[in-house]
Amino acid sequence: MEPWEEEEGPEVVKRFMYVNRRPPYGTIYALECLEVVLIAAAFDQDVSMVFVDDGVYQLKKDQDTTGIGMKNFSKTYRALDDYDVEKIYVEKESLDNRGLTEDDLVIPVEVVAADNLREIMAQQDVVISS
Amino acid sequence: MSKMLHLVNKSPFDRNALNSCLRLATAGSSVLLLEDGVYAALMKATSAESVKKRMDDMTFYVLGPDVSARGLDDTPLIDGINVVDYGGFVELVVEHDVAQSWL
Repeated sequence: MEPWEEEEGPEVVKRFMYVNRRPPYGTIYALECLEVVLIAAAFDQDVSMVFVDDGVYQLKKDQDTTGIGMKNFSKTYRALDDYDVEKIYVEKESLDNRGLTEDDLVIPVEVVAADNLREIMAQQDVVISS
Repeated sequence: MSKMLHLVNKSPFDRNALNSCLRLATAGSSVLLLEDGVYAALMKATSAESVKKRMDDMTFYVLGPDVSARGLDDTPLIDGINVVDYGGFVELVVEHDVAQSWL
């Protein structure tokens, strides 16, 4: 067998976590990360998304981008469920600092305190930050 | 002394652009919060205190289309911040002698 050929064996499922720390629109990071997650979801891995710091603003309800001439991608987060991306964590401290609550967000999420999020992060095989 | 318009387009949670602007801006100057800088206009954000401290000697504006894009139309802004559209942005630039961007 050549070195680049993989031995047939049981499928290895890795834990991928995508960490979002930036708000939408000001930079392209938020949209790019969402697209990467939707593509990666096709590979049947264990995928989770985390929203901390200004990343929580990505999920704010009532976004209307008609005035700035950019695509409103906030509705696309609803597609995550269809792609079986069901683990979506939002850090409680980040919401609190911004005067936001779970009710302000476009999709149902799991609000977790930093103490718990730390443990979830520590269990991942791959962490991709944007 | 020239009348200055300060442009802040960075989130106050992510960068210190706003705080540097507030520290170095002279009395009588204006600040326009735009792009990710609009988060600094929110009443309930922890950054609101530093803005409020300069409300008595500076004038604050926020760009409406950037507020709407971020889903903040129904989120309370700090009292006394003026919402402007792109036309208002142009007027502010014309009214002031110098525009300084805090990148």
